[in-house]
Amino acid sequence: MTDWDPSKPILEIENLSISFFTRAREIPAVMDFSCTVMPGESMGLVGESGCGKSTVALAVMRDLGTNGRITSGSIKFKGRDLTHMTEEELRHIRGSEIAMIYQEPMASLNPAMRVGDQLAEVPMIHQGMTRDAALKLARQIIADVRLPDPDRILRAYPHQLSGGQQQRIVIAMALMAKPALLILDEPTTALDVTVEAGIVDLVKDLGTKYGTSMLFISHNLGLILDVCDRLCVMYSGEAVETGNVVEVFDKMRHPYTQALFRSIPLPGADKNSSPLIAIPGNFPLPHERPKGCNFGPRCDYFRDGLCNAGEVPMDAVPGHDRHATRCLRWREIDWDAPPKVGKVTEKLPRGRLVLKMEDLRKYYEVSAGAFGGGAEKVVKANESLSFEAHENETLAIVGESGCGKSTFAKVLMGLETATSGSIMLFDENVQDTPIQARNTDTVSKLQMVFQNPFDTLNPSMSVGRQIIRALEIFQKGSSDAERSDMMLNLLDMVKLPRAFAERMPRQLSGGQKQRVGIARAFAGGAKVVVADEPVSALDVSVQAAVTDLLMDIQRENHTTLLFISHDLSIVRYLSDRVMVMYLGHVVELGTTDQVFAPPYHPYTEALLSAVPIADTRVKKRRIVLEGDIPSAMNPPPGCPFQTRCRWKTRVPGNLCDTVLPPVQVLAGGHQIKCHLSTEELAAMEPVISMAAE
Amino acid sequence: MEPLSWPMIFAKMAVQFWPVWLALIVTVALSLQFRRRLGLYGKLFDSNVGMTGFVIVMFWVFTALFADMIITFDPIAQLSGLKNVVPGTPVPDSDQWYLLGGDHLARDVFSRVVMGARRVLTIAPAATVIAFMVGITLGLPAGYFGGKLDTGLSFIANLVLAFPVILLFYLLVTPEIRSTGVPIALAAVLFLFPVIFVSVLLNSRYFTTPARRNLYVGVALVLGLWAYSGLAFNADPTGIWSMDPNLLNVFVSVVFVNAPTVFRIVRGIVMDLKSRDYVAAGQTRGEGAWYIMLWEILPNARGPLIVDFCLRIGYTTILLGTLGFFGLGVSPESPDWGSTIDDGRRLLSIYPHPAVVPALALMSLVLGLNLLADGLREESMRD
Amino acid sequence: MLPFLLRRVGVMILTALTLSFVVFCLTNLAPNLEKLARTEGSVRMSDEAVDSWIINNGHGGLMITRYGQWLGVVPGWTRTDDKGVTRGRCITEGVTAEEAPRFCGILQGDWGTSTVFREPVAKTISDKLASTGWLMLWVMLVMVPVSLIIGVMSGMREGSRTDRVLSTFAIATTATPEYVSGVILVVIFASATTGISPLLAEWGWIDGRTLFLGTATSAIDQITFWNFALPVMTIALYGIGYIARMTRASMTEVMTQQYIRTARLKGVAFHQVILKHALRNALIAPFTVIMLQFPWLLNGVVIVETLFNYKGFGWTLVQAAGNNDIQLLLACSVVAVFVVLVTQLISDIGYVFLNPRIRLS
Repeated sequence: MTDWDPSKPILEIENLSISFFTRAREIPAVMDFSCTVMPGESMGLVGESGCGKSTVALAVMRDLGTNGRITSGSIKFKGRDLTHMTEEELRHIRGSEIAMIYQEPMASLNPAMRVGDQLAEVPMIHQGMTRDAALKLARQIIADVRLPDPDRILRAYPHQLSGGQQQRIVIAMALMAKPALLILDEPTTALDVTVEAGIVDLVKDLGTKYGTSMLFISHNLGLILDVCDRLCVMYSGEAVETGNVVEVFDKMRHPYTQALFRSIPLPGADKNSSPLIAIPGNFPLPHERPKGCNFGPRCDYFRDGLCNAGEVPMDAVPGHDRHATRCLRWREIDWDAPPKVGKVTEKLPRGRLVLKMEDLRKYYEVSAGAFGGGAEKVVKANESLSFEAHENETLAIVGESGCGKSTFAKVLMGLETATSGSIMLFDENVQDTPIQARNTDTVSKLQMVFQNPFDTLNPSMSVGRQIIRALEIFQKGSSDAERSDMMLNLLDMVKLPRAFAERMPRQLSGGQKQRVGIARAFAGGAKVVVADEPVSALDVSVQAAVTDLLMDIQRENHTTLLFISHDLSIVRYLSDRVMVMYLGHVVELGTTDQVFAPPYHPYTEALLSAVPIADTRVKKRRIVLEGDIPSAMNPPPGCPFQTRCRWKTRVPGNLCDTVLPPVQVLAGGHQIKCHLSTEELAAMEPVISMAAE
Repeated sequence: MEPLSWPMIFAKMAVQFWPVWLALIVTVALSLQFRRRLGLYGKLFDSNVGMTGFVIVMFWVFTALFADMIITFDPIAQLSGLKNVVPGTPVPDSDQWYLLGGDHLARDVFSRVVMGARRVLTIAPAATVIAFMVGITLGLPAGYFGGKLDTGLSFIANLVLAFPVILLFYLLVTPEIRSTGVPIALAAVLFLFPVIFVSVLLNSRYFTTPARRNLYVGVALVLGLWAYSGLAFNADPTGIWSMDPNLLNVFVSVVFVNAPTVFRIVRGIVMDLKSRDYVAAGQTRGEGAWYIMLWEILPNARGPLIVDFCLRIGYTTILLGTLGFFGLGVSPESPDWGSTIDDGRRLLSIYPHPAVVPALALMSLVLGLNLLADGLREESMRD
Repeated sequence: MLPFLLRRVGVMILTALTLSFVVFCLTNLAPNLEKLARTEGSVRMSDEAVDSWIINNGHGGLMITRYGQWLGVVPGWTRTDDKGVTRGRCITEGVTAEEAPRFCGILQGDWGTSTVFREPVAKTISDKLASTGWLMLWVMLVMVPVSLIIGVMSGMREGSRTDRVLSTFAIATTATPEYVSGVILVVIFASATTGISPLLAEWGWIDGRTLFLGTATSAIDQITFWNFALPVMTIALYGIGYIARMTRASMTEVMTQQYIRTARLKGVAFHQVILKHALRNALIAPFTVIMLQFPWLLNGVVIVETLFNYKGFGWTLVQAAGNNDIQLLLACSVVAVFVVLVTQLISDIGYVFLNPRIRLS
């Protein structure tokens, strides 16, 4: 690589087209894609699922599988065209010059090989290093990715590490040969937010330290803003806009980019006064793409005869830094016009008390050893949970994995019974009543919306049949015909065409499935709905629509919504009150304003700081938590958060290590479970601030 | 008449199979025509492996159906002077040949193999169906509830599986055991499962509308118990349902051997599927456990179960052949492939044809089933 | 690890006890005993004589006590007849009733006497097991490497021509039970009238009339390639197909795993990806399959030993069952079940051992 000039681009993709070939037809996955990455630069690829961003990454690695083929265009790495290289030449580049980091850290490490061997392999192949030297290097790089006790980790198998540690190992593996280009494919999607923040920091620092260029693929605009210098927005196989991150965020010149930003909850959005604007319609399937502009059918600025006439080329935006857009009308559109605000609604008054939990506990007994036997261990999934929920109210339950929010939902629904404490649902004590023993009325009033749209519907039963079954079991309607009518009305309510009654779930998109799930939950006129991350698995543009639908139905039915989520942006947007959980404990509880402003519980503070926000005006204080979330099987003594808390030194004595903090009730009924003194709490500064315009 | 040469033998046989060819052509033509509307079955025709398997299997199915039209001689008739004759020997006093020669009792090998197909293709699928009913009815609750029930049932299943099959046959399929009533007791237990299965299936689905439930479950129970009384106890007053005690013994043993494996498969799938959200959705709306198992989980387990069903028919065919090979539970007259191979093997190195022909028949049927299963597996994994 | 092992062995012993009891019941059914009485006594015995013969020879009483005696945890029966001669389970020729031990079941090493071979069952079984051991050894030596190589070769590039050819071969062999493949192999290689032997004899390439021997009787004394290849191949063929298919499935699954892509994309050469990254993970499943193949191998052994007239364990089992030799059949069953259970145990332990994910958690 001596003939390469460091002032030239490290990666230059020109007019790349990729197709997958199935028995039936050719499916174009990426069309006419171009982008350039300069040395030391980090380039973001952003888009919804199915837009082709990962395909681009795999094409750079020339690893498209047996069906995928590059049909035209070139990928030049350091001036050499990768598309014409032999397997042998590619092998020398892979791992040594270009390295890749993937979404699922556990899956990308070989379960039967020690971490050290997997790391050492890279320099042994590419630099002919001896095993000892390679292991020494591995040890050094493990220290670089800030993992404690490198020697132990070298000898460990992947499953002995936590998710965050595994991802650090994958990063270490990519860095072993000091590559010139690093491709990161959604590297943090499988991780918790507070762990994600640590990884993002690490990636940024290492990028600077080693001078590595990066191709960072993500669906999360906030992360792109954190990590990248430039970005490329993709839609349905095409790059629609590319340019400098700040320019694209603040002066976007493509309607899709604009619509994307309007559909994500940024600080300032509010469900009543400035609701999100969902992108209408659906993402086109690869073989159903429209003629002309792919975004045309969903675009507010669409003009018949122009936008659907022919191929739309990339058009450079003059005066900007290498900014280009694939829009024919970008010069005509008034980009500063305020969005057409949808319906503004009144905040509903808080109604009567419908759900009251007092000192609820749920313990599980599990056997400790993997082979059974050994001492029985008690896992405290929920520890002294107390709260109330009222009619018309949205109560958000926030927490990362292992915080006990799913257990809480199970106990509430009656799938499990509580160990102790009481649950009052309407005027009934249900803590000891499993669901089989609850009467139909209670069951139909308390329903649940599930997280995974691909899992929430029975794949072998038609949509209509599933809703009718819910009606049957809730004893609604007296005849088949009546129930069929009710089912169609429910489809209307969730804004799905009536023809969908006959469809099978696999014919529906993720958002549509989630709507059916909502219709099914409301079949019995539910009054309390537990929504377990109902939108977290959906694409951002669909999230807004489903969230709005939930809000609408809530308004009409005066429903109490228990919204379980790990995403603070959406929680801030739609909830009235927030409950923050950590390792089975409620650490903070208050109205949305109280929780999102100081004083914070130290965990809430870190959580707020960790959530990436796609707004250039927002200034955040960076608080990165050390280490991972402790296992619920083995929680720390004293305060559950003490292992990662940055305020621990401010508490006198070893109170945090030994004593479970009491609940402090602050002004306005704001509860915080912390040892910090009232003064310390009051002196806290906000994590997020808006820079003056 | 002259003895036939090999090409002539094949030509004559091909003519003899005409109803099979006709039926095959109609089936394949219709299926190809409408394959886009036929779901998984239609997709089978996209894969060469699957289609080959399907055609082979259907060849034998049609052979079994039209056996009466295909055979050239009575499969148990012994014609003098034709003992162990080579294929293509003309039969005196008729215009026919022993197309595939004669066996050691001077019977027509060709007709026996054709009739044998009928026997194999009635017992093997029927036994497999019953084994599936037993395995599913027990595997569902074991996987779904887990705990002690699972431990107990799994222990019993493992007990049966720890028996080498051949040993089980030697212990279970004997004339002595028939007189003790053990096969009838086993049949009484095993044949009850289909009745339970269908009744629970209908009840869990329709209990919300009692009138309809009573009708469906009633009809199922009447039909089921009628067949049950006839098959298990030979006590059907009308005499429509009955089973030869010899056959019952074989049948019950084959079911008994297959059921635990089905149980294990179903249990495994259920343990996997029960964590799905649609199961939780069923639970949160207060569905009964059996509804969730039978209507929410079972339909989604159909892919692997259909594949295993095909494989298992093949396996059962092999088991039946094994039984025949050891002369267990079959009457000497029976054209059963296994026992024909056993008869033929004694003079194998001198007269190979009486054993080789049924051997090839059995092999091709099982091969067809395996290919079919492979095709189904491949196609069901696409999309 | 130790508690797991203990529990596993506990379950195994429980299974063995239950199964041996079931077998005991099934072999000691009333009709079997009656038949035994008529063969040991006289065919023309009256029904009453049969009944008293059964009782006099210790086959009366509760099934569970008889089982206990056979096992050696209940004292053996003794009976003094009208002539004052005391006979009993543990009283053999040349031993008086007083000297005889109280317990004499299989726990004490007393397996009874075979009525067919007229010798102690223990001796029959150990002789025949040794013969079968050789057969099994050769089967394993052929079957395991061949099937693993076929499976890995076809699984490492799914859908390639190699894969198609090898998979078709594997499917074909799983469709061929031993009694079919045995017949076909004999016809092709060991028949004087058909197959290749007449041709070879004509060309003068072989001395005898057939290439291979159609029976393996002589292999009891001396194993040669010509008398042992066909039986070994017959058993191995079916297993090869089955294990190869399992290995292929496991291998194709491993090849689609993300960590294989990781390895490929860090520049590991294809053969190294297979050897260092894929193989170990891919062989965990086939290992258990091979171990669980034993019940079926036993099947194959019985068929092949009958077909090729090789007087080993399987042949003995058929003799015992066919001649109502209760003690021998019982012993054969127990040995068979024991072999199956031990292989299951090995398979479980091996699985844990091969899989660091389970071993170290």
